[in-house]
Order: sequence, then C-alpha cells, then structure tokens
Amino acid sequence: MKTLTSKITFWGTVAAVIVAAGLYSTFLRFTQGLGGVTNLNDAFPWGLWIGFDILCGVGLAAGGFTICAVTHIFNIEKFKPLTRPAILTAFLGYVMVIFALMYDLGRPWAIWHAIIMWNTHSVMFEVAWCVMLYTSVLFLEFSPILLERFRMKKTLRVIRMALIPIMILGILLSTLHQSSLGSLYLIVPNKMHPLWWSMFLPVFFFLSAVSVGFAMVIFESYLSAKAFNHGLKLPLLSQIAGVMSVVLIVNLAAKFIDMAYSGDLPYLLVKGPETYLFYLEMLIGTLIPVAILSVKKYRSDNKWLYVAAVMTVGGFVLNRMNVSVTSLEASSSVAYFPGIYEISITLMLVVLGMLAFRFIVQHFPVFEAHKELPEIIVDAKAFHETELSMQHK
Amino acid sequence: MAKQLGLLFDVTMCVGCGACYEACKTQNELPKTNDEPLKDHLSSETYTVVEQYGDVYTRKMCMHCVDPTCVSVCPVGAFQKTEIGPVLYDADKCIGCRYCMQACPHHIPRYEWSSMNPRVRKCSMCYERVKEGLPTACAEACPTGATQFGELDELKAIAKKRIEDNPDTYYPHIYGLEEAGGTNVLVLSPVPFEQLGFTANLPKKPLPTYTMAALEKIPSVVGIGSVFLAGMFWLTKRKNEIAQEEQQTNGNNGHEK
Ligand code: SF4
Ligand code: SF4
Repeated sequence: MKTLTSKITFWGTVAAVIVAAGLYSTFLRFTQGLGGVTNLNDAFPWGLWIGFDILCGVGLAAGGFTICAVTHIFNIEKFKPLTRPAILTAFLGYVMVIFALMYDLGRPWAIWHAIIMWNTHSVMFEVAWCVMLYTSVLFLEFSPILLERFRMKKTLRVIRMALIPIMILGILLSTLHQSSLGSLYLIVPNKMHPLWWSMFLPVFFFLSAVSVGFAMVIFESYLSAKAFNHGLKLPLLSQIAGVMSVVLIVNLAAKFIDMAYSGDLPYLLVKGPETYLFYLEMLIGTLIPVAILSVKKYRSDNKWLYVAAVMTVGGFVLNRMNVSVTSLEASSSVAYFPGIYEISITLMLVVLGMLAFRFIVQHFPVFEAHKELPEIIVDAKAFHETELSMQHK
Repeated sequence: MAKQLGLLFDVTMCVGCGACYEACKTQNELPKTNDEPLKDHLSSETYTVVEQYGDVYTRKMCMHCVDPTCVSVCPVGAFQKTEIGPVLYDADKCIGCRYCMQACPHHIPRYEWSSMNPRVRKCSMCYERVKEGLPTACAEACPTGATQFGELDELKAIAKKRIEDNPDTYYPHIYGLEEAGGTNVLVLSPVPFEQLGFTANLPKKPLPTYTMAALEKIPSVVGIGSVFLAGMFWLTKRKNEIAQEEQQTNGNNGHEK
C-alpha cells in the first residue's frame, strides 16, 4: 500500500507540474495570441501543434478502426477483447485533436464556420468534416460502455442494432481522414523535400496509420496489463504484430517503388539533415521492428512485442514530424523549433489524455470482456444476478 | 468572363524610389514599418515591398494567381477570385487555420501573429479602386512606368513585345505567364528570376489540380468501400454461422432430427 501511494505521488506530481505549466501556457495563448506562445511565423505557419497534436493524434487513434474492422467486419471474434480499449484510445485521441485545434486555430470561436461555409475543393474542409463526423461515430461506438455502466438497456439495444452501419461508417471516415491528412501536403510540391513529397502521400499516410494502429493496440494492451493486473492476450497480440509487420513492409516497398519511378532515389545519397532523418525514420519505424518481429522467439515474447510496437509508434511520430516540419524547413528558409509554451501545451494534452484513459478504464467496463453487451441483453438472468450482487455490496 | 485586369512589373525600368511602397501604405492605411523602404519585408502591415538585388530592384506582392492555391485550400471559402482578377480575403469567414499561408506557392499571405483576433493580410490589387476603373495605387504612383496596370491580355502583349524588341536587355521569360497556372501579375527581368527571390521551380499546371486528384477519389472510396465492408460483414458472419451450425449438428447428431 505504501509503495502504491508513493508511486502515485511521484507520477501525480509529474502530471500536476505538466498540467500547471500547460494551464499557464494556455493563459498566455489566449491573452497574447499565437505569436506570444509559439515559434511560428509568416515563413513557417504550421508547427508542433499541427505536426504532433493533429497529425500524430489522429494517427495514434487509428487502432480504433483497424481493430473494429478485424472484429466486426471480418468477424474474427477472438480479437474482441481488444476493441474497447482501442475505441477508447481513438475517441480520446480525437478529443485531444479537437482541443489542440482550439489552440492552433487563430480564431477558434469561428470553428463552426466549417459547418455552413463550404469549400469542397479544400482538403482542409474534408479534414474538418471527418473530424466532426468521426468523433461522433467514435462516441457512438464507445457509448455501449457508458450505457452498460449506467444500465440503460433500451438505448443500448437501439445502439446495438445500429452498431454495424456505424462501424462501417467509422471505417470509411477513418480511411478518408487518415489519407486526407497526407493529401493536405499534395498542394506544396515545390516547397516540400522530394524524400517526402509524392502524389501517393495519401496512400502512405493511410498505410502508416494502419500499422501504427496495430502498434498502439499492442502498446496499450501491454501497459494496461501491467497497470491493471489482467493477463496479457499474448497469442492475439503476436498475430496482430504479424499483420503489422506486413503492413510496414508493404508501405516501405510502396515508398521505394514510388521513389524509383519519380527518380527521387538519388536524394538518398545527398548528405544533409533531411537524408539522415529519413534514414532514422526508416530504421526505427520499419526496419528494426520488422526485424524483431521476423524472429519467432521475439514475436511470442511480450517484452519484445512491446519494444517493436514502441519503435513503430516512434517511427510514425518521426515520419509525421518529418512531413510537417523537416521537409518544409529548407524552402521556408527559416529554422523552426517549437517553443517552451508550445511544448508544454502539447505535453498537457498528452497527460490529460492519459489521465482520462486511466479514469475511464478504472470506472467503466473497458477491459472486462465478460461484460460484453450481447450477454447482458440476451442473458437477462445473469444480468439480474449481477444487479442483485451489486445491491448486496 | 469579364475582362481580366492585372499588373506588369518591369525590373529594368524600376529605379527603387519606393513610391509604390508608400502609395500602398497610404491606400491601405497601413502604419510605417521601416525607415528605409528598401529594407522592409512583407508583413501584416506591409502588402508590397521593393527589394534590391545588386543594382536591380524588384517588387514582391500577391501575384493574384489565375487558379489561386489560397482560394482552393481555404476550408471556409474566405479567399475568393473575383471576376476581374483580384484575389480577395474575407476575415469574417476565416477560422485561422493558416493553410492559405502554408500552401501559397509565392509565400505571400502574412498573419497578425500577436493579435487576439488575427487576420490574414495581403495585397488586394486595390479591388475597391480597380472595379471603378481606376488603376491600382502603386501603378498610379510609379514615376517610371515600371509598374503598369491594365487589361491582362494587353499587358501580356506588351511584355512579349518588349522581350522581342530588346532581346539583349531581357531574360527571355515572362514570370507569371505559366507559373502554377499563371498569375494576373506579370514580371519582366534582365536576370533569371530565382536571382530575384522568385519561386522558380513551379510546375506549369495549377497547384489545386494536385489536391483535386485526391479529392476526386473520395466518392469511389466511399462507394466501393461501403459495398466491400458490408459484403465482408455479411460473408464472414454467414461463414461463422455455418461453421457454428455444423458444429452443432455434428455435436448433437441424432438429437436434432
Ligand atoms: S500569390 Fe498566393 S496569396 Fe496571392 S493569389 Fe496566389 S496563392 Fe493566393
Ligand atoms: S487561415 Fe483563414 S483564410 Fe487562410 S485558409 Fe485558413 S480559414 Fe482560409
């Protein structure tokens, strides 16, 4: 008990300091404007908040739709225990993205304009609608967990009936959204470094989101198994890791075929920060995790699975930062590095997201597979019994 | 389509007096930002500058693209290409995403970074004046005729003729004729344009065509995707059910029948 409290206190303190710093930065952001808290300028209008909070936030939420597709569309039921945490992560990821938008938009109070003022030629318009629709869809997908907790059987039944169409809608929206974040950069062929600019950016963004979605599922299963002392579903995770490495290899192959066709391969030999960061991205994001997972012994060891997942996530984050910052620095002729306030707001959003995840997992049936909804509805007797036992307590 | 208006700027005729710079400031009621106009930069309070490169002078301002990237990327349509050419910005619509700044191939739009109600700022080609038939403030102020306002087709003809008549004076290219689909501002120069800080590596086709190629795929992704997913759902579910039934009949052999 004692160790537990001291542990909580330590991480609690870290979290409190980060949140306090973030709140102070928030105050500055909304009293001094973007110029007061960011290192952005006319030559470099998009920085950490777009690169990390938005591009990575959406990407790390990708586990939601990949696992949904696997369990509900391809009906591979054994992966079901992984859906709820993945949907929860996705939902929180999107909430974080919306929060981040409130900081990054110069006129956040005008955000609703996107609902009534349409420019269908704009990728950003598509992005805005995907965020709105997919966040609602994620909430619906997540709602059974709340409804079960509060025992709202009628609503649960309605939601349950609509769930498959909702899931299909969700998968379509994710596909569009993950790739449209890549499409955002199609319009700057002359500004972006050729190692990253390609007509296939939307495809690369989609594929890397799928692989990082699987990586996030492994990542959070491992962490939550440790934190909440429930068993790790190792065979399931190994299979997921297998699929993940296939997607990673497909993405890498597509990337190189594209570079060969467009004649960009010589850029791999140019000495410079872009080239080095490109290699680093390939190494930690694809080559090393695939190498680890290709060994059967490592693939069936939860520690190595975790390492491979963390590297995939790291490589993914590096890729999004490379696309949004590294590749654009040369043409902008300025060097951008996020400022202390920018960083502290990002950290705060990450910490708040993790705290929310912890809270929800502790108070709602996210990891309890036996409380899956069909049983609750169908098996009224068991339902009644649980209720009785609850009353006894 | 109404007649297109535009500007022709001839580097060889510019003497760097900064009259256009001053006229722009007055016309748009912008504060003074630099004691030496030639050392100033584009900003939210400066829509055009005169720059010195060795012994030649050039101007920078919004190019009023024919198929403007800023118009195409803005999610809420705050940018608009007017019938007669100028590209305008409406702050009342803007949500401040700054995609227009990120996407403009000429690095033009500027932002009010320290404002709590920030606007994007750039040259409007004096829309309020030119729609009444007046020239832009900068063209009116230019003492040498280096900045000339008029109908775009006429300006193109003038530019071509100047290069033809004096091939030794001019670098043989009209900047703005084809850059990213063309612009309503044309530039003539004695030296290659990259030496004057113009973006020289622009494709000939308008940049919005790149994103349109991706956006056009959305309907088919949605159409094919939903059919595929629904089909998959039905198929795999059916497969599971059959597998389950078989298991049951095998397991309960005799009982069922
Ligand atoms: S130069 Fe830039 S701001 Fe001006 S019209 Fe073209 S894209 Fe828009
Ligand atoms: S910053 Fe404003 S004008 Fe520019 S693209 Fe975004 S919403 Fe449109």
